[in-house]
Amino acid sequence: MSGDVSRRRLIGSLAVGAGGLLLAGCDRLTRSGDFRDALRGAERLTMRAQRLITDRGALAREYGPADMSPIFRPNGTRMPASAEYRRHLARGFGDWRLIVDGLVARPLALSLDRIRGLPARTQITRHDCVEGWSAIGQWTGMPLKLLLDAAGLRQAARYIVFHCADSFGTAPYYESIDLIDAFHPQTILAWGMNGRMLPVAHGAPLRLRVERMLGYKHAKYVMRVEAVASLAGIGRGKGGYWEDSHDYEWYAGI
Amino acid sequence: MANTAPDIPAAEAAPQERHPTVLRHRLPTRLWHWLNALTVFVMLMSGLMIFNAHPRLYWGQYGANFDRPWLEIGATATGGFLQVGDRQFDTSGWLGRWKDPGGRERARAFPWWATIPSTYDLAGARRWHLAFAWLLVVPGLLYAVWSLASGHARRDLVPARSELSPRQLWHDVKDHARLRFPSGEAALRYTVLQKLAYCGVLFILLPLMVLTGLAMSPAMDAAWPWLLDLFGGRASARSIHFLCAAAILLFIAVHLAMVLLAGPINEIRSMITGRFRPRRGRAG
Repeated sequence: MSGDVSRRRLIGSLAVGAGGLLLAGCDRLTRSGDFRDALRGAERLTMRAQRLITDRGALAREYGPADMSPIFRPNGTRMPASAEYRRHLARGFGDWRLIVDGLVARPLALSLDRIRGLPARTQITRHDCVEGWSAIGQWTGMPLKLLLDAAGLRQAARYIVFHCADSFGTAPYYESIDLIDAFHPQTILAWGMNGRMLPVAHGAPLRLRVERMLGYKHAKYVMRVEAVASLAGIGRGKGGYWEDSHDYEWYAGI
Repeated sequence: MANTAPDIPAAEAAPQERHPTVLRHRLPTRLWHWLNALTVFVMLMSGLMIFNAHPRLYWGQYGANFDRPWLEIGATATGGFLQVGDRQFDTSGWLGRWKDPGGRERARAFPWWATIPSTYDLAGARRWHLAFAWLLVVPGLLYAVWSLASGHARRDLVPARSELSPRQLWHDVKDHARLRFPSGEAALRYTVLQKLAYCGVLFILLPLMVLTGLAMSPAMDAAWPWLLDLFGGRASARSIHFLCAAAILLFIAVHLAMVLLAGPINEIRSMITGRFRPRRGRAG
């Protein structure tokens, strides 16, 4: 009997010990560069697989007004700290300009009034945060395609980068998408939300909506749209603030 | 009886030995079992870390902080709680608020020993989860094709109609409850409860896990909008994903207990080498 008990105790402590070793092993693997690179390989696999089975123009589900979240929680920056942004906000973005440059034939500087006068798309879509929550809201804005066609992308352009007014510490927020998502019909620079002007907490004056991606791709406070051939020279080169700082996936379709 | 064909022809038994061993699990079953032992462990623990980023579950198309969750793990000023519907349970030390290995108190849902990585890291957990998901799905599909094509599923896994009679089921339940395991020839086949458990995991839980996982992907929802209709929305899919994970955890617990009770060395050997030593029939 006591032999059984001590054997059971031994097996128990062996199991706990093995569990601890496994956990410590997993943590070490998480920090190991080679293993992390192997895990990152799955991101490319996932992207290729999803792109393979998804029509370029496949639309994210659009909902009806009755399906909207009663309260759409803001996330990330709720009020950019920069003096320049606050000045623009105080003047109702009257002399603010959206800059479109980089690998384009005709760089643009557009006022908010001008942007709001362009053809707009309104869509009620679901916002999926990487953390797991989701909220449904209505967005109104200029299709990014209109802007890129007006500026005229050069042959070498591969990515569209969104430079933002907010920063985390000293790192400015930015995001990037490839041309498949940039020219998608639901990809818009939204200036309206839930039938009103876009609130500051949600990214006024303009925020990106790229509906087949997780929330962190939907850059708020967009100041400048830049067409580039490579993401290497921007930030720390991974294509976005969260990608650079926390190793979130650049391909955020899942 | 329709279920007389064991996994492997009995001719492979070595009849001359005093305690003959027979081939019980074929190579694809063994390979897939051990790969899954690793993969499911990683998926469960990295999944719990992902859950920690937003430890609330909802039904419907959406759900965020201002909406009403049906399940929440949270922290009070001094303790931790699990809330399911209107009922709240004190889970201090286990869920919601616990001490890390350094003795520091943390207010996160699942504790360090249940998650990969063991400290809060949503991005790292997603790297693990979304990479190992491929290891779950691709070999899983290959195994499913093999078990259908080879007849493994039909012969060994799907219960025969006669086994599903209430009398037979009740008989099996009583045997399991008394820890009376089959001996001799009968030990080479799965009992009906085993068949139901394995079929439930292979053909219901695992496909549900994968499909609800895909339904949480915004790109997949654009590609396959029926995913949202099938589960009643992304928030519901996330809830079902969590519930199925809990069911798989329960299966693993019962599975391991049964291996220990039925003779761990014989059982584990049969899953490594394939060879199983049936016990002698009881007298009487």
